[in-house]
Amino acid sequence: MGAGGPRPGYGHGVTSIQLTVPSLSYPVERVTLGNGLRVVISADRRAPVVAVAVHYDVGIRSEPEGRTGFAHLFEHLMFQGSASLEKLEHFRYVQASGGSFNGTTRFDYTSYYEQLPSNALERALFLEADRMRAPRITPENLANQIAVVKEEIRVNVMNRPYGGFPWLLLPPVLFDTFPNAHNGYGDFVDLSSATVEDAQAFFDRYYAPGNAVLSVCGDLDADEALTLVERQFGDIPARAVPDRPSFGEPGLREEHRAEHVDPHAPAPAVGVAWRVPDPLADLGAYLPYVVLAEVLTDGDASRLRRRLVRGDRLVTSISGGISFMWNPFDVRDPTALVLTAFHPGPVEPVLTALDEELDRLATGGLEPGELSRVQARLTASQFSEVDSVLRRALRMAAFEQQRGRAELVGELPSLIADVTAEQVVEAAATLRPDRRAVLEVVPGGRS
Amino acid sequence: MTARQVPQLTEPRPSPPLSVTSGRIDSGLEVMAVRRDGAPLVQLRLSVPFAGDGEAHLAKARLLAESMLAGTERRGADELAAALQSLGGELSARVDPDRLTISGEALAAGLPDLLGILAEVLTEASYPSDDVVGERNRLVEDVRMSRSQPSVLAQEALLRRMFGAHPYGRELPETDQVAMVSPEQVRSLHRDGVVPAGSVLVLVGDIVPSAAFDQVATTLAAWRPSGTAPRAPEMPPLDPGPTVLVDRPGSVQSSIRIGGPGLGRAHPDYAALQLANMVFGGYFSSRLVENIREDKGYTYSPYSTLHHASAGSTIRILADVANEVTAPALLEIGYELGRVATLPVRAEELESARQYAIGSLALATATQSGLAGILLQLATSGLDAEWLQAQPRRLAEVTVDQILEQSRRFLAPSGMVTVVLGDAIAVEPSMRTLGDVVKG
Repeated sequence: MGAGGPRPGYGHGVTSIQLTVPSLSYPVERVTLGNGLRVVISADRRAPVVAVAVHYDVGIRSEPEGRTGFAHLFEHLMFQGSASLEKLEHFRYVQASGGSFNGTTRFDYTSYYEQLPSNALERALFLEADRMRAPRITPENLANQIAVVKEEIRVNVMNRPYGGFPWLLLPPVLFDTFPNAHNGYGDFVDLSSATVEDAQAFFDRYYAPGNAVLSVCGDLDADEALTLVERQFGDIPARAVPDRPSFGEPGLREEHRAEHVDPHAPAPAVGVAWRVPDPLADLGAYLPYVVLAEVLTDGDASRLRRRLVRGDRLVTSISGGISFMWNPFDVRDPTALVLTAFHPGPVEPVLTALDEELDRLATGGLEPGELSRVQARLTASQFSEVDSVLRRALRMAAFEQQRGRAELVGELPSLIADVTAEQVVEAAATLRPDRRAVLEVVPGGRS
Repeated sequence: MTARQVPQLTEPRPSPPLSVTSGRIDSGLEVMAVRRDGAPLVQLRLSVPFAGDGEAHLAKARLLAESMLAGTERRGADELAAALQSLGGELSARVDPDRLTISGEALAAGLPDLLGILAEVLTEASYPSDDVVGERNRLVEDVRMSRSQPSVLAQEALLRRMFGAHPYGRELPETDQVAMVSPEQVRSLHRDGVVPAGSVLVLVGDIVPSAAFDQVATTLAAWRPSGTAPRAPEMPPLDPGPTVLVDRPGSVQSSIRIGGPGLGRAHPDYAALQLANMVFGGYFSSRLVENIREDKGYTYSPYSTLHHASAGSTIRILADVANEVTAPALLEIGYELGRVATLPVRAEELESARQYAIGSLALATATQSGLAGILLQLATSGLDAEWLQAQPRRLAEVTVDQILEQSRRFLAPSGMVTVVLGDAIAVEPSMRTLGDVVKG
């Protein structure tokens, strides 16, 4: 290597580089409209782009029995025309403005969003307001989107190996109650029996302005944006806001195990989950688990990659994180630290090695420098994610909806930096075999 | 309900000009350093020409990418990874039939160290035998896993059909080829093939471009082995013919893949073809999506895309449909291709596609990683940031007639090939009602 600039602590075969991790703050203006809609606005004029996100406080956990997959099916229906727009017009208006759109259904919320050149800001607000006013739910649109959702499930679950692993397969092993354990993509029988009346009732109940947060980020003037928000959303009538029930259930007292035979899988896989503290009730107790997941599985320096992938070579890959959709910062209780691994050989040696590594961490503690490098990487990856105004708008919507604090987008790095080695070790000590759920994917031999 | 007025667009604000320092350093490496403040990060992309002929090269190249970060003359994989993590960073390598690409990011203050690690890997990667053998076994397993995915099998079938024995005809190595690669062969491929001539390094982020450029020139000065960058041979002409059906017993969907030639970004007709493809199937508001998804409910995510490689560009159309609508979906796709290739598009269709294409550029370049990715793609096609600045104007000038001309040349179904991966027992009889089917 050639001579370089100053390289503190580098070049001696030791990894003691310590960078000061910078902090960022994003401006947040917030207001609650007369109809109860909560609004957060964050200006960032570096690129001529805006993002608009609406989060409704209803997700997979709120689906009634007999209507699995309904929250997601309903998400599709929200794109099928609205109070003033025919079918297809929503897509066309966003894209003919140079923008892109999507929606996503999670366990705890449903999100709708657009990212557009900033000259389309008011149009995007109009489009969101128009479907908050009234989606166009017709028998034709419903039948069409049931067919589309079935194809989505076929392509993502039924027709491929490891479909639904772990997000559909592991929750029923860890949880006992319907809201937490059921299939969030939906049973085909349930999807087929959905009616227009079901959809209208779901909208009436859960899509009230007071049950939503609107987040607007990017190339805008906050005062002007607020005026536009008032103009577009202000006259949507207020409706009753449903109480959000607790979906809490007791943790496991003994290991739960299950097998899933996958006709397409060429090799076994395993998913392991342990309950973690309530992310909302106690962020301070929760964040050590977020850091722990990184210590275990983030990058080649992580403990489980070193041991299982490159050391024992028991697994070909291992991933880990909080929640079944890897979204640690917008999931509510109950949730879990989840590990997934693909292993050509038997599962027991994998679980044994995993237990040994957790034990080693719980009793031997972290290595010198291990915590700070993991914190540096975790922080940088957070910065990288919210460099996109769309990702930032989504984060802010979730933080505002669940915690009343969109500012957490900028505050997270310092909270991550506050996590101590002792907390991470204590968290590791709770990942015991008798608290875990284990799901084995067993190749079904067709391929 | 009273229809409300959809708000008009306001005056667009142009993307701010980029602050760029670029040039070629002594070793022959092209360097482009771009300031884009925002996150306190820097994005790094290095692309090395890495084409080669035959299955053996593909296997060696893949194994090289998998084990490139397994150690250097001064430290092992764990230490390298920990050093990167300390910078808030990561680094990874991958190969395609044209190039070896190393991608990474770090906290901006870590740029000197990130470049130091990159230089160390480029000049001293040691490919420890134990690690290479371990990665080799992992790669064999990884290839086996990939080939269990219908999307991968369908892609392989399309590439075989389009390119035959040309290196673009395969993206995954054969497992028996991988198993034969020795650590010494990987080391030798690194020595001969990982060379600065023809390579491009892009840095984007919270950096001072001129200072970053100088840092690269200094830190990477020692990476200077000679050697010429191999390029893929010319693409074979497409040989249209009957639909190829690849049997996948038990499949509950058919993966339809259609391909044909296209145009590269540097071609004067590229903007017109880009918009023609968009109107046909290149975005959600396209004819393809509105027909087979939003009208008929045959599929979840159909699309058509332009794919660019060193030796040429291609158009690829993808749709995964239920068994019972396989033939009807093929019929509708053929209809939409024929329609766009023989009749002019409506003015509002062109306008919508145009605005989407222009807006997409602004959105894609609004983040550090997005900008880095696009600049790398441009640089590897011999283009630069000026192309980005001028592309909206080129898109603005495209006419309906030009769309028809490019559609006739590149979207006519007679000039494309079709493969279907699916359960032959379930789908073949109805497919045969539309025309010849051969088994692939």
